[in-house]
Amino acid sequence: MAETVKEISKIIIQTLLENPKVPRNISPESKIIEDLEFDSLAVMNFVMEIEDKLDVSVPLDRLTDVRTIRDLADAIVSLK
Amino acid sequence: MDIFTKFKPLEAAFDQLISFTPHNPFGVTIQKTLSATVGIINGKETLLFGTNNYLGLSQSEEAKKAAAETALIFGVGTTGSRIANGSYSLHQALEHELAQFFNRRSCMVFSTGYQATLGMVSTLAGKDDYLFLDADCHASIYDGSRLSQAQIIRFRHNDPEDLRKRLRRVGDISGIKLIVVEGVYSMLGDIIPLKEFVEIKKEENAYLMIDEAHSFGVFGQHGRGIAERDNVEKNIDFTVGTFSKSLGTVGGYCVSDYPQMDQLRLCTRPYMFTASLPPEIIAATRENLKIIAARPELRETLKRNATQFYYALQQAGFKTGPDVSSVISIILDEIPQAVHFWNRVLELGAYINLSLPPATPDNRPLLRASIAAAHTEAQIDQLVKIYIQAAKDVEVTLN
Repeated sequence: MAETVKEISKIIIQTLLENPKVPRNISPESKIIEDLEFDSLAVMNFVMEIEDKLDVSVPLDRLTDVRTIRDLADAIVSLK
Repeated sequence: MDIFTKFKPLEAAFDQLISFTPHNPFGVTIQKTLSATVGIINGKETLLFGTNNYLGLSQSEEAKKAAAETALIFGVGTTGSRIANGSYSLHQALEHELAQFFNRRSCMVFSTGYQATLGMVSTLAGKDDYLFLDADCHASIYDGSRLSQAQIIRFRHNDPEDLRKRLRRVGDISGIKLIVVEGVYSMLGDIIPLKEFVEIKKEENAYLMIDEAHSFGVFGQHGRGIAERDNVEKNIDFTVGTFSKSLGTVGGYCVSDYPQMDQLRLCTRPYMFTASLPPEIIAATRENLKIIAARPELRETLKRNATQFYYALQQAGFKTGPDVSSVISIILDEIPQAVHFWNRVLELGAYINLSLPPATPDNRPLLRASIAAAHTEAQIDQLVKIYIQAAKDVEVTLN
């Protein structure tokens, strides 16, 4: 079970790369909206995928402060 | 940088969109209505298939007469909120009649459908509570959830098992769990498998709210919506809806059996801090509610029209949504093609709606038609012909 920010960031990146439209050079510092060109709906759909992969609930209000992949991993670690 | 800098991406996207369309899909003007189904657009008689006027009652003679007579007696506005500035007896009469129509104890009337869902979601769910929202719920429900301070969990569209999984994942909490769904979803016109959701609500000891905006007046023996059709009304805690579709006017409502509904009037901000509905709108809505109760044949005609259109589109090779309802959409792959198609349909004499991502499911553009009881068989046939011609003209591949 992944528990650290580093491990969860890696899982997030792996999941993102399953989508062929996502740029190949993403890192934990990549900004989800700006660098990945996700709109608000795409972000929410992606969070659903991650919730299922990591068996965690990420309430939408927790996404307000999330800008980068690492921010999302931080939020998930704090929720687990 | 100025206050509008953040809108630059929107401006660029809009400029690109209208660079290849002679008409602005988000700025159509109906210059005159000739009937519930025909209007003047760009100076030309146009079939109206984009107005959500499901029973044609925006043009009901009874409602027009009642609105005019009531305006002459009560005036044209209430000039304030019901909490601060008082109710008219008309508001209370309409609430009473709606509660009776739904066989419920209480009804709260709001000034718009948007405010009804915004108000109920934001007020019922508090800080320690969890909201479970269908992924395709209307913007008013998502906006209400943001106002609520509750924890918001989104579940996959029309997927009861996905909801069950997410409810269980949250586990025991100190607050309540409120599930919010819709009877018919507005983009594709697809229908909720409500019985399955009711079972989960019971198993998980959650509350259930349904928005019947697109199903009120359309489904159920008496027109009360999908909950009536599926015989589960007693398991619904709160039903919200709008006057602006089947009822043909403007406004919204929530009906429920909970006696605490009376207290909600004192803490539901979108109810408290806005002007109440004007007298003529209340009068028109009351008349149209009587028509919905007295004329079930309108629902039969609507169903027949929608079925005719849905299967004609499928036969022609268009990709449609999964269900027959008063909203029938075709799904295209690319935005420019959808914009061209929408323009061509307008030029050929019919007004429909263009819906674009991210407001649509699966990131696909939709061409959305709203079917009405007032449409004739010939008008539906005409729209099918227009779609086929438009598909040919803008090179949409049909299956």
